[in-house]
Amino acid sequence: MTESHQDALRGLALRVREHIVRMATDGGCFIGASLSCADLLVYMYSDVLSIAPSRLADPSRDYLFLSKGHDVPALYGTLAELGYIGRERLAHHLKTGDTVYWHPNRNVPGVEFHSGSLGHLLSVGIGVALDIRMRGGSNSVYVVLGDGELNEGSVWEALLVARAQGLGNLVAVVDRNGFQANVATEDLNPLEPIERKFEAFGWSVVRADGHDFASLERAFAAAAQPGVPRAIIADTVRGKGLPSIEARADRWFVNFSHEEVAMLLEELHGERKAALVSETLMVR
Amino acid sequence: MASSTYEDVLGRAAETDERVVVMTAENRVAIRNLPRKLGPRFIDVGIAEQTMVGAAAGLALRGRRPVVHALATFLTMRAFEFIRTDVGIAGLPVKLVGGVPGFLSDGNGPTHQALEDVALMRGIPGMQVFAPADAEDMVACLPSILASDAPCYIRYNALPAVVQHAPYVPGKAELIAEGKDVTVLVHGFLLREVMRALPALNSEGISARVLNMRVLAPVDAQAIVSAAAETSLLVTVEDHFLSGGLATIVAETLQRAGKGARVHPIALESRWFAPGLLDDVLEHEGFTGPQIARGIVNAFRHST
Repeated sequence: MTESHQDALRGLALRVREHIVRMATDGGCFIGASLSCADLLVYMYSDVLSIAPSRLADPSRDYLFLSKGHDVPALYGTLAELGYIGRERLAHHLKTGDTVYWHPNRNVPGVEFHSGSLGHLLSVGIGVALDIRMRGGSNSVYVVLGDGELNEGSVWEALLVARAQGLGNLVAVVDRNGFQANVATEDLNPLEPIERKFEAFGWSVVRADGHDFASLERAFAAAAQPGVPRAIIADTVRGKGLPSIEARADRWFVNFSHEEVAMLLEELHGERKAALVSETLMVR
Repeated sequence: MASSTYEDVLGRAAETDERVVVMTAENRVAIRNLPRKLGPRFIDVGIAEQTMVGAAAGLALRGRRPVVHALATFLTMRAFEFIRTDVGIAGLPVKLVGGVPGFLSDGNGPTHQALEDVALMRGIPGMQVFAPADAEDMVACLPSILASDAPCYIRYNALPAVVQHAPYVPGKAELIAEGKDVTVLVHGFLLREVMRALPALNSEGISARVLNMRVLAPVDAQAIVSAAAETSLLVTVEDHFLSGGLATIVAETLQRAGKGARVHPIALESRWFAPGLLDDVLEHEGFTGPQIARGIVNAFRHST
């Protein structure tokens, strides 16, 4: 990957993070998980997915399903920066007159399916992948999962079925930020060694640095074996890009004041660190 | 006798309509011959009801019309949230076929007793709910079910027919017998027992209208309101918990129409039934024709 392309991706990811921060007020959003997968979504929409704003009804497009739906601000930001929706629409976040809210829904162009209940979209992705294969299509289905989401039994059921059905056109991408809602994944239901779990289910697995575009490029380019679904475990940092949030990785869902948002936008650009008062809301 | 079974009709529909995909969570009783007939459009996911329903939603997103099969309890309860969230919220045309509903689970025990499936499925906005009386009724309703763009739950029933059925008129109950004193509203195979109750009612001088409800959501409200106006007692007969099934549907329909009626519900009241062979279960639980007749006679005498 050229340095100039990496710079372009970094610039795009920075703008996506600005959108995320702006959505973290007047009701707030799941900022930690959104920031962790921002680079991942930016990379996939830019360099992996065969899709465009003009191709949302094209059956030969690639599909991206956001199974960990609470990180949708990262998707909204990506869709806005790439022309799927207007940037101004994000100012309607949580306004009842629009459908931009805490979880994805199909009224937002570019969002393939609703989610919010964890452990669903790998199954839905299986259905789409089966149909693509039945019709002889060469497009692929990507399902972004959270690591905490791997607690759900339905994920493992779907892993078993996807391998049994020989879905080489299905890719699971795990945003491995190390946290679930309130605690570190390894302190609750430990997931490591995560690659070996996927491998034991017959999947082909690659691990990558989810904030390093060159590393992601290598992972997504790894050769697919016919009939074998693929998993990419992307190691990420919750709150990535905002040191004051990274340092408090339990900042999962936060409703910041306007002053805090202004400070965070400065921090995002490498200026002074924000002095945050708002705590994570444990209720969600 | 019907010349076609459920499997025949479904197989033919799949052959002529490439949208039809047949799925199962490793329950092939009703669809044994379809794997070789349908090839890749027959998908057995194994004992994985949640994944089956989610995958059905994905297939429907691509324009398919999946017809999924599992036992009624595991389909409607294990996979409930997948049905509600993936199929229901999106309003996708997934057809959910639940095997051995109600008393038809006979000797399996409470794990297999789907007695709340109608309540659960009709609680999902936009979900159609069918409960055909027998194999022929099932075949009569199936083309309309497959043609509909709505999600649909079907209480599968392959018992032999005890009446000659009229063609299915979409959204309408089937008038099986005309009568002026009592209307018996029934769904599923218990129509058989209601038919066995009729001679006893006649000998008591009670003239009974019988409605095979066929479709419970959206229900044929006109048939219920007319019955309330034209007969003095409504009797609901169902192998379902009293709460949320046909008795509730009748009460809600009358309430919405602003009509009053005496209703005598025959249902299971907040308990599972004693497992055994079907006819013994019916006897034990009081759902045989003669027992139903006695209940109706008593209720009718108290209502007049």
